[in-house]
Amino acid sequence: MTFFLQLVLTGFAQGMVYALIAIGFVIILKCSEVFNIAQGHFVMIGGYLAYTFLVPCGLPMWAALLLAIAVAIVMGLLIERLMLRPMVGQPVLAVVMMTIALATVLSGLATLLWGAQYKTYYGLLPTITVKVGAVSIPSESLIGLIVSVICVVMLMLLFRFTKIGLAMRATAEDLQVVQSVGIKATTVYAVSWVIACVVGVIGGILLGGVSGANMELANIGLKAFAVVLLGGLDSIGGAIVAGIILGMLENVAAGYLDPLLPGGGLAQVFPFIVMIIVLIFRPNGLFGLSRIERV
Amino acid sequence: MGLRTGTFQENYAQDMAIFRSRMRWGMLLALLIFLFICPLFFSDRILTIMTMIGIALVSVHGLNILTGYCGQISIGHAGFMAVGGYTSAILCAKLGFPFWVALPCGGLAAGIAGLIFGLPSLKIKGFYLIMATIAAQFIIIWIIIQLRSITGGTDGLSVPRPSIGSINLSSKSNYFYLVMVFACLATITAHNIVRTRAGRAFIAIRDNDLAAEVMGVSLWSYKLQAFFIGCVYAGVAVSLLVHYIRFASTDQFPFMDSVWYLGMLIVGGMGSTTGAIFGVVALKLLDELVTIVGPILAAAVAPQTAASLALMSHGLVIIIFLIFEPRGLHHRWEIIKAYFRLWPFSHEVSD
Repeated sequence: MTFFLQLVLTGFAQGMVYALIAIGFVIILKCSEVFNIAQGHFVMIGGYLAYTFLVPCGLPMWAALLLAIAVAIVMGLLIERLMLRPMVGQPVLAVVMMTIALATVLSGLATLLWGAQYKTYYGLLPTITVKVGAVSIPSESLIGLIVSVICVVMLMLLFRFTKIGLAMRATAEDLQVVQSVGIKATTVYAVSWVIACVVGVIGGILLGGVSGANMELANIGLKAFAVVLLGGLDSIGGAIVAGIILGMLENVAAGYLDPLLPGGGLAQVFPFIVMIIVLIFRPNGLFGLSRIERV
Repeated sequence: MGLRTGTFQENYAQDMAIFRSRMRWGMLLALLIFLFICPLFFSDRILTIMTMIGIALVSVHGLNILTGYCGQISIGHAGFMAVGGYTSAILCAKLGFPFWVALPCGGLAAGIAGLIFGLPSLKIKGFYLIMATIAAQFIIIWIIIQLRSITGGTDGLSVPRPSIGSINLSSKSNYFYLVMVFACLATITAHNIVRTRAGRAFIAIRDNDLAAEVMGVSLWSYKLQAFFIGCVYAGVAVSLLVHYIRFASTDQFPFMDSVWYLGMLIVGGMGSTTGAIFGVVALKLLDELVTIVGPILAAAVAPQTAASLALMSHGLVIIIFLIFEPRGLHHRWEIIKAYFRLWPFSHEVSD
């Protein structure tokens, strides 16, 4: 039982981070109908940025966080202006290939700047220890959980109470109407990319604190796809719920089934199995808007 | 598609001919002769590059039928290739089948894998299909690693020396001939498949699936046919590959390979047989350039620049083509041809 609880709690905290990353994906998808394959690479860049600012530069945590976010904002603006703006109105494949190419360029950049090496800044994030009964919650998971909750709440507030949030929701609803009432769609696109980059980088800082910054962090983006598919492609609430579900399922499945399988590594492939099942039985996910379309 | 001034199609056979004039036939013959005397004066290294180009070409022709003509985007092509490659390798290494039996079996196995993962394509399209094929890629590789007793897991599987009858194919030049025969056959069949009833159905589905279905094109049948044909090509290509390297391992089928095959299509031009050839040759030559320049850069600047250059160059090439020439090299080639055909005039009346 303790083992099970441990797995569930770790999964819950991990799932919150997945949800955070998946939200970045959903925001871009909702606002500009771009499927951002490179979301996981923002996470990887986030991990490396945190390492750079914390270890070689020796900055305090808050300064490193602010600087990483600043870099993320610039990155988001540049990506949107240079790569995605020319892709407006292009077929799905062209847009997806563009984000895959972006992912490759980001991998290339990370290789160039950090040598594709494993960099750790373990222990530099603040620590909190909490024990629930016999189960101790790892400090990193808890920090991840808290930061993710703060980010999600801030995003909710942004969407609910600010003008740009309203514009973003409206763009997600109907692009033509938005343009005809004089909202600049390009601004909305730019903001959505900035938000996606920032949440990706924050997720990267959190995950990097647990597992170290390395190129493998980019694979988390693939898990985020499973999360968004499960939650419904266009639902932020769905992304959060699905993130938590997937985080828990993955941990429990890996905890119990990995010893039974010779090669192990179920945690890596688990999101894809979920993905296929969702795609076959419920393509709109748990909370997605079901479009009536017969093919 | 214009014709040279004064050339007229007088009957259906002329209209459908791939090679219209004696000159075209002559050019084809010259190309074939060139290909088949290559081993006489090229070094082993260049032959290896050309063999690899030939193998990739077979695979990309398959992807072109599936994605370029039928519009079913697959980013799991390397996964389907893995199925074919392992089938062929296991048949040869463990069951002692001859090479010429294992090769079509590999193609068939990949085709069946394509059918299975193509099934969701009946319900989903666009991005959902992309995700399904990406999932296929990772699940297939995972299953191969799990079936350690048959596939050798992460250790890989060595494949015996390929031979057909008494002809030994292990020398570079012999294998080059074999691959070139397959590359030419693949090109001809790919070009002809899209001119058949099925090919026209594929194009109709790509352009507007709803309209196609209303016109009486069975989406169910033709989408699966496209997946099957595309994956059979992949399986045959990869059988050629594993018998050439004489080793099969999961590292040969990374996710990024699936992406590069699509990248080759984008660079070359989707939905055109010539485009597939252009794309494969261009990106494979870029690869070679990177392997030559990489170590020089690595020695001059820093060791990681070589790996970085490989990633960045591919990414940037795709970005540049998507922004500046989304219709690929094939389109540019048509423009150049039209220029010379029309010279000294600057416009065609129609088109």
